[in-house]
Amino acid sequence: MRTLFKTSYDTDINLFEDWQQAFWYLLLLAAMVALPFVLDDFALGEMTHLLIWALAGMGLMVLVGQTGQASLGHAAFMAVGCYANVLLQQAGLPFILAFPLAGLISGVAGMLLALPMTKLHGIYLGIATLAISILADDLIVILSPITQGVRGLYAPMIEIFGVSIDRYGNPDRFYFLVLAIVILTVLVYRNLLRSPLGRSFAAVRDSEVSARAMGVNVAWTKAVSFGISTAITGLAGALIGHFTGIFNNETFNLILSIQLLLMIVIGGLGSIHGAFLGAAVVTFLPQVISHVRDWIGGYFGATSATLPGIETAAFAAILIGFILFEPRGIYGRWLKIRTYFQLFPFYRRDMFKRQKSYLKTERMR
Amino acid sequence: MSALLEVRNVTLRFGGVTAVDNVSFEVNEGEVFALVGPNGAGKSTLFNLISRFYDPVSGDIRFAGESILKRQAHEMAGLGIARTFQNIELFEQATVLQNLLVGRHRHRKSNMWNELLFTPFVRSQERANREAVEKVIDFLDLQAYREKYIAGLPYGVRKVVEMGRALAIEPRLLLLDEPASGLSVEETQDVAFWVEDIKSQMGITVIMVEHDMHLVSAVSDRVMALADGKMLAIGSAHEVQTHPKVIEAYIGVSDENASVVA
Repeated sequence: MRTLFKTSYDTDINLFEDWQQAFWYLLLLAAMVALPFVLDDFALGEMTHLLIWALAGMGLMVLVGQTGQASLGHAAFMAVGCYANVLLQQAGLPFILAFPLAGLISGVAGMLLALPMTKLHGIYLGIATLAISILADDLIVILSPITQGVRGLYAPMIEIFGVSIDRYGNPDRFYFLVLAIVILTVLVYRNLLRSPLGRSFAAVRDSEVSARAMGVNVAWTKAVSFGISTAITGLAGALIGHFTGIFNNETFNLILSIQLLLMIVIGGLGSIHGAFLGAAVVTFLPQVISHVRDWIGGYFGATSATLPGIETAAFAAILIGFILFEPRGIYGRWLKIRTYFQLFPFYRRDMFKRQKSYLKTERMR
Repeated sequence: MSALLEVRNVTLRFGGVTAVDNVSFEVNEGEVFALVGPNGAGKSTLFNLISRFYDPVSGDIRFAGESILKRQAHEMAGLGIARTFQNIELFEQATVLQNLLVGRHRHRKSNMWNELLFTPFVRSQERANREAVEKVIDFLDLQAYREKYIAGLPYGVRKVVEMGRALAIEPRLLLLDEPASGLSVEETQDVAFWVEDIKSQMGITVIMVEHDMHLVSAVSDRVMALADGKMLAIGSAHEVQTHPKVIEAYIGVSDENASVVA
């Protein structure tokens, strides 16, 4: 059992609570940096895909996990980021400028769209954001002269200070680029969580009434959360554009929005870890399913043609399983397992059981 | 002593129900002012009016000489009006420490950009916030619960955290909505001591809604009794308890049984 002795307030402010924790994360970082030297191109591509998913997941996590606002429209902001990034590059801007600008544009778009929606809660907010997702699809088609609509756009080759980065030509460089962006985003996310802004997000999530009484401007806080969230998601969208190489109005459809939301629920709402774990599930599940399908197919003579939609079904089954048995997702489960070993043999079964809150009648919703 | 809070002829209607009917009173700087009355008298509604959750139909509310009706609910903390909630409105998925730190939001001088980069300025601000919050933790004896999540805390502790969060605001005026409801005798005594100290040591003016008349008479300088949205009596705890109108509102007869109220 590890006991942490806090000797200064900085222990709670620092990124890592002690050298031990820092060591494990640095080890993880070292492993991530070493991956391109170990994995083949296909596996590295999958890891890159995972990181991009995790980036998009972190974006949505800011909104859903930290601020408690549901969004079924985040694919639209991936689209905004993706199109902005490529169109700016076509206009002659280098990637190093176009990419952050794409995030900024996506963030501002999210914030402006969020402002009229700040009074909406729960399912109504879900419907409003759903509309954004559907509209984005149509809008891309309507704006065909710029976006090439259904025909789609090609992402140009990335060039940063003379170093060309191509997803197929040199996947290791693309992987490092994505890794760097993801690490920077994680740092920004951590800073958010340990600063007043992050706390005001949590305040809005848990009780809007008392958030207001504490001096938090609820509507503005929600809009800022939307902005940060859609900015990060937009960056992920830009990277997806470079990852797939070609994209059109159907790349960022409603299903993607829903998948993003499911991903962070499975991973564990409210934690950065959750975004990564959820991304791992989304990335590796199709691989696992295809292996299992071949294996089962060998016995029953079924092929992918006779088992259509099995991926969606498996994904749905996993989601239902999590909602029923582990609403806190994979990361929540991991926390329980870790606590079990940290406290061994003193872990109690109901340790993580949440007490029903008292008298929520006065909630002004 | 000047009036810190002036409520002038305030009326609030919900549809056909007049929840607060032409109520006027003043609260002086540095006093403990208690609101009593039967259920549905309009006490909590009055709190919601002062903290700007409701807009009055008519009348004016002035804080430190300035009308607050043009301001929004989230600006009240900045002015120095803090409140607690009768039904505990804590941030459930956060620790006690984080809850108290949210109370420091009014003192935030950083903005989104330097927070996302976590500049040294933000760090020093965080240290200062933590120090202020630790004072509240010491004051309310919450050390044992600092890192605990609200969702797992017992009711009595939540009540105290709720008060602590309001104190973390460092207000001039503290609105306590039934601080002792549901608490044991010992816990209620603690609340009495704290309210005394909040007044005398921190110099914070307190307005308190409370049903426990022992607590009210122990700590309050003045008491106002309400019933059906109307003011019945105002004065010392004893004066209000023996006021015929108050006795009538509680018991329904004009004399006898005055002690039942206490």
